[in-house]
Amino acid sequence: MNRILPAILAVIFAVLLCSVALLISGDDPVQAFTTMITQVGEGQTAVNVINTGAVYFIAGLAVAIGFKMNLFNIGIEGQYRFAVIVAAIYGGAVHLPPGIHTLTILLVAAVAGAVYALIPALLKAYRGVSEVISTIMLNSIVAGITGVLVKPDMFGVQSGNNLATAPIPPSGRVPGIPLGSAGTLFGLVFLAVLLGVGYWFTLGRTRFGFELQASGESATAAAAGGVNARRMVLIAMLLSGAVAGLIAMPELLGRDFSYGINAPQGYGFTGIAVALIGRNSPTGIAIGALLWSFLDKSAVSLDNIGVSREIVTIMQGVIVLSVVVAYEIFRRRELKTQQQRVGTEFLSGKTAGGEA
Amino acid sequence: MSERTSEPSSPRDGSEETEPAVELEGITKRFPGVVANSDVSLRVRRGEVHAICGENGAGKSTLMKVLYGMQAPDEGTIRVSGKPVRFRSPTDAIAAGIGMVHQHFMLADNLTVAENVILGAEALHGIGRRARARIAELAEQTGLRAEPGTLVERLGVADRQRIEILKVLYRGARIVILDEPTAVLVPQEVEELFATVRGMRADGYTFVFISHKLDEVRSIADSVTVIRRGESVGTADPRTVSSGELAEMMVGASLPSPCTEDATVTETVTLECAGLDLLGADGTRKLLDGVSLRVRAGEILGIAGVEGNGQTELVETIMGLRKASAGAITMRGSDGTEHELTELDTLHRRELGIGYIPEDRNRHGLLEHQSLWVNRILGYQTRAPIAKGALLDPAGARRDTERIVAEYDVRTPSVNVEAAALSGGNQQKLIVGRELSQDPALLLAAHPTRGVDVGAQALIWERIRAARSAGLAVLLVSADLDELIGLSDAIQVMLRGRLVAEADPATVTPQELGAAMTGASEGGAAS
Repeated sequence: MNRILPAILAVIFAVLLCSVALLISGDDPVQAFTTMITQVGEGQTAVNVINTGAVYFIAGLAVAIGFKMNLFNIGIEGQYRFAVIVAAIYGGAVHLPPGIHTLTILLVAAVAGAVYALIPALLKAYRGVSEVISTIMLNSIVAGITGVLVKPDMFGVQSGNNLATAPIPPSGRVPGIPLGSAGTLFGLVFLAVLLGVGYWFTLGRTRFGFELQASGESATAAAAGGVNARRMVLIAMLLSGAVAGLIAMPELLGRDFSYGINAPQGYGFTGIAVALIGRNSPTGIAIGALLWSFLDKSAVSLDNIGVSREIVTIMQGVIVLSVVVAYEIFRRRELKTQQQRVGTEFLSGKTAGGEA
Repeated sequence: MSERTSEPSSPRDGSEETEPAVELEGITKRFPGVVANSDVSLRVRRGEVHAICGENGAGKSTLMKVLYGMQAPDEGTIRVSGKPVRFRSPTDAIAAGIGMVHQHFMLADNLTVAENVILGAEALHGIGRRARARIAELAEQTGLRAEPGTLVERLGVADRQRIEILKVLYRGARIVILDEPTAVLVPQEVEELFATVRGMRADGYTFVFISHKLDEVRSIADSVTVIRRGESVGTADPRTVSSGELAEMMVGASLPSPCTEDATVTETVTLECAGLDLLGADGTRKLLDGVSLRVRAGEILGIAGVEGNGQTELVETIMGLRKASAGAITMRGSDGTEHELTELDTLHRRELGIGYIPEDRNRHGLLEHQSLWVNRILGYQTRAPIAKGALLDPAGARRDTERIVAEYDVRTPSVNVEAAALSGGNQQKLIVGRELSQDPALLLAAHPTRGVDVGAQALIWERIRAARSAGLAVLLVSADLDELIGLSDAIQVMLRGRLVAEADPATVTPQELGAAMTGASEGGAAS
């Protein structure tokens, strides 16, 4: 209860705040929200919500791995964009049997993401450079890298107005699940599910997961407990980068087949918001990702009733902020209750004590 | 409660006496889950040294924080010279003439004595000649011998303490709270401090003296108020009451003693350090200088020393948290084989059978926001019953935590509460339980009973002793000389990173040990 309630309260709070904003701008909040919700039933919206949700979910996981050990990997954005162009170039250049082709593309993407995360990881572990600073800089460098790589004299192919990498042949693509008029579900939605399960298992059941969380909570206590802090920084950062490398794969292998200058951006930043909403728990991230994706996809319908769709951006921002605040309040209350329970237990004992 | 405390039995007491300097009445302060002070009353007469006595965690510090304006009481009144006051911050308390010398000094090392005193109080006497004159005047009263122009980093603990007192007086305090002032001092320095306090008392200053050391209270105080479990038990005249009676007031029973019975020392050397050197961050200063020692199975080797002389560094070097620049550490592991530790990381060393009770449990011993059973994993993430290969066994960890909770009397409703929810003593019992649970061959215990209540202290002593009898080798670092002498089979004295003397705990006195710790004695404090 204590894990879900704050999130629900935060969403309610966001809805109320947005209603106020809508009222101020002279719109009808009830109509706006009803339109957004009914939009899910229209056309391909529901499937789109899930497809994009899967992408956001992977992004959220990538961020959460860093969060778990107190690393603020803002560089997910750069890592996934570097990975996707490398993977797209690789996928378009090789000819392999189906299945193997796909798997190697995924592998290349993960490795490329990890490689791009290696730079901040090394800087952090051996020079103490804040990963926030270094990854922000690498995010802006990646735009230059993709710009160069996609040039016609490098790996780009000009087709009409679009400049993109050579298309990946069918052997490398992942077929979707056709749902008739409702659209086509990305085959790699299941990759997202698999990553989610892997994340849950690793964190909760393995020694590595424990060491990761211990270092995140208290580097000094972890060190005394035999955790090698430097190694954990490296591994966590690389793992975060590898997962980041997979963010754009559902779209690349399921819809676009090439990476061009018009490819969508910003999934890395959405991942930060989604990880915050989900409090780094896999189910939480999944809910956050679907919520975010729903808001994005149904915002389109607001145009039809003449409501500014920026209201959705306000809502997303408010949700993140209030979720963070709500969880912190709940966490403190929880600790207080526990202390009271311990206090009761304590006073029933015989010895003196208490907090000095 | 107030009836009892309002009748001090001192001969100086008289009906025509002026208003008491400080009067606290019915002070109650609650923290989540704990009532730190419950209806506490205290009356301090002008010009006396009034001791506040009580065990660790009894509520002394909270009471003083209330008096010094650091915490607002939930109930109760404070009167200074008869006038009711309400302190919102220490600034208010200082304005009312109350000053506090904290246990941990708050001095800027890179400033001079005079600069430290004036810092923040420039408005009082300026920063020039007038300020210097006032400092010189107060330096005499406080017995500070250091030149005002000396950098604080060059001064020892005793001088630093005098500066803290001087700072308080410079700001106009007439009532000085000394929070466990003797904890950082060796016996000789304690005597000097007491001489100063007596001199200042004659000049009309009032002292509130917090301590849990009964002999000190009896030697310096004019009256003593005892606090137990957050309540004031009563006020007594230390000249007429016996230490035993005071102890009973404090703990409600007689004090536990750390005495070790029969020697269980064997011939097997479990830990051997040879010529350990450790360089400081600057790369030149030696924090450890040629430390060689041996701990045998069934032996407790105590390391005595004024804090900051390398004890922490020694323990952390053996633990693998710091890297020795020279020397060797050899250990006979739980499996009975010899290992050279120098190249192994902390986890390997733990796996060989080192248990570690760190001196700062919150920084090094616990994950505060994780549950108790998750804390059981820390340091043992590779071994049964916590782990199976690379996988953890949460059920096993839970079960074993429940066992520790039962065997070590950790007061908690369940193993699922956060470690931060427990009191210090219970956290420490959990750590001791954890570190003794996986068949260690060697225990590194740094201040194992610091800041815990008597009950926990007795239990921890008993468990360490029992483990020693069963063949555990223990390296014990402690600032509590009674604990050190009582528990140890042998004592080594550490000074400026070197082991300078040996002492036999059967014959050595705290005074002799203190002399050796400051380097005052020549050959050592040996029996």
